[in-house]
Amino acid sequence: MKRHLLEAGDLDRADATLVLDTAAQIEQALAGREVKKLPTLRGRTVVNLFYEDSTRTRISFELAAKRLSADVINFSAKGSSVSKGESLKDTALTLEAMGSDAIVVRHPASGAPHRLANWVKGSVVNAGDGTHEHPTQALLDAYTIRQRLGRLDGVRVVIVGDVLHSRVARSNVWLLHTLGAEVTLVAPPTLLPVGVGSWPVDVSYDLDAVLPKADVVMMLRVQAERMNASFFPSAREYSRRYGLDGRRMAVLPDDAIVMHPGPMNRGMEIAAEVADSVRSTIVDQVGNGVSVRMAVLYLLLGGAPE
Amino acid sequence: MTESSELPAPPASASPEPSAAPLLTADDVARVVDRVAHQLIERAASAAPGAVDGGLADLVLIGIPTRGAPLARRLAARIEAFSGTPVDVGTVDITLYRDDLRLRGVRALEDTRLPGSGIDGRLVVLVDDVLFSGRSVRAALDALRDLGRPRAVQLAVLVDRGHRELPIRADYVGKNVPTARTQQVKVKLAEVDGEDSVTVVGGDR
Repeated sequence: MKRHLLEAGDLDRADATLVLDTAAQIEQALAGREVKKLPTLRGRTVVNLFYEDSTRTRISFELAAKRLSADVINFSAKGSSVSKGESLKDTALTLEAMGSDAIVVRHPASGAPHRLANWVKGSVVNAGDGTHEHPTQALLDAYTIRQRLGRLDGVRVVIVGDVLHSRVARSNVWLLHTLGAEVTLVAPPTLLPVGVGSWPVDVSYDLDAVLPKADVVMMLRVQAERMNASFFPSAREYSRRYGLDGRRMAVLPDDAIVMHPGPMNRGMEIAAEVADSVRSTIVDQVGNGVSVRMAVLYLLLGGAPE
Repeated sequence: MTESSELPAPPASASPEPSAAPLLTADDVARVVDRVAHQLIERAASAAPGAVDGGLADLVLIGIPTRGAPLARRLAARIEAFSGTPVDVGTVDITLYRDDLRLRGVRALEDTRLPGSGIDGRLVVLVDDVLFSGRSVRAALDALRDLGRPRAVQLAVLVDRGHRELPIRADYVGKNVPTARTQQVKVKLAEVDGEDSVTVVGGDR
């Protein structure tokens, strides 16, 4: 494994499989235990450096680090010296001077974790940077698919929605490709990035045409906060053409699953009846996120310091 | 865990035979496992005099991966063959409890599986292939503490090679093998390596 986890491309097939296997072993080792804690990272310090709002990712990383007995410092830009104008670099160097061994960073600017990785001596884990990548989300999605379907090789994954703004989609495209899955992107043309032709994916504009052959349908959130231009005529029209409702779910193969990285817009990209159905892995994904992030922290921090 | 010494060679006086010929052959390993199985039955019976099951329902064999796990399963099978009573078996991976992760780097994890009835209030016998520094056993004891509260914990090993670094001893020893620190004790088991043997290699002649 490399020292940092900045994007899905940092993991080759062996590394990615090691993360998933390690997560499975950790989940098995902790299942049914009263003391859900391992001493592995005792004395290590993990900083959660969050420049953007987050519920599940920050809590998930915090829980993962604490279950491995690391000390955790939660830093959110709101209410810190960042509001006095302190730069990312100075903030990171300050935190490192206080003894942090790893920095888990979320930032609204694409590429911020890469910059950070050049400034600090410890490990950097990208917890979402702008519209670029969110590698641990892709890892937990791959883990969930493998858990439900038993394999990743040859699995047909359809990713639907706002691919343009989605770091989840980007990380998933590259990681799932590395692991041998076949990815199809479905979105209105306005919500596909310019360079999508060079990605290892199929592209379609017709959700109904691809659903009967899908093993996995991954619905992306419509990101209202990044929609400063009109990418589609109306929410109702988007929902009618690209939303997953009960009728569309019915044409899926029998063992196909429905995923969503959260937070969901119920009634927009996904209907409530779909989100709450037995096909939905949305709650599993959250639980698996902790195991996968424990595996990542163990593999990055557990060994010898550089 | 087949442990190997990584320290620089201290002068080993009266070094034992470091030949490539196996110290234990497949037949020897089978006999040793049978003997330890008998000892476990005997100990269980004397701890619970008059019990219908010979005290064996109380017993849980926990193997330490990699090679302790198949050893524990073999012991359980032999105990059942000799006594007619099935014995619970499990494995506990100790990687996340090791004190030398920073020295040796991360490694892939192995299975942790406990019997459905758990270990609380029972007699746990840890099973490993080689007892060397005692650090693996300490890690296993730490792991057990998080998994439940056994009535007592004992230790069974195939080979005790000496050189303890902690106050730990085995309750059941297949074979005591005096070694030099520089030597390696290689245990092979059919389930992992395709054959059964114990060999001492390396060290000063």
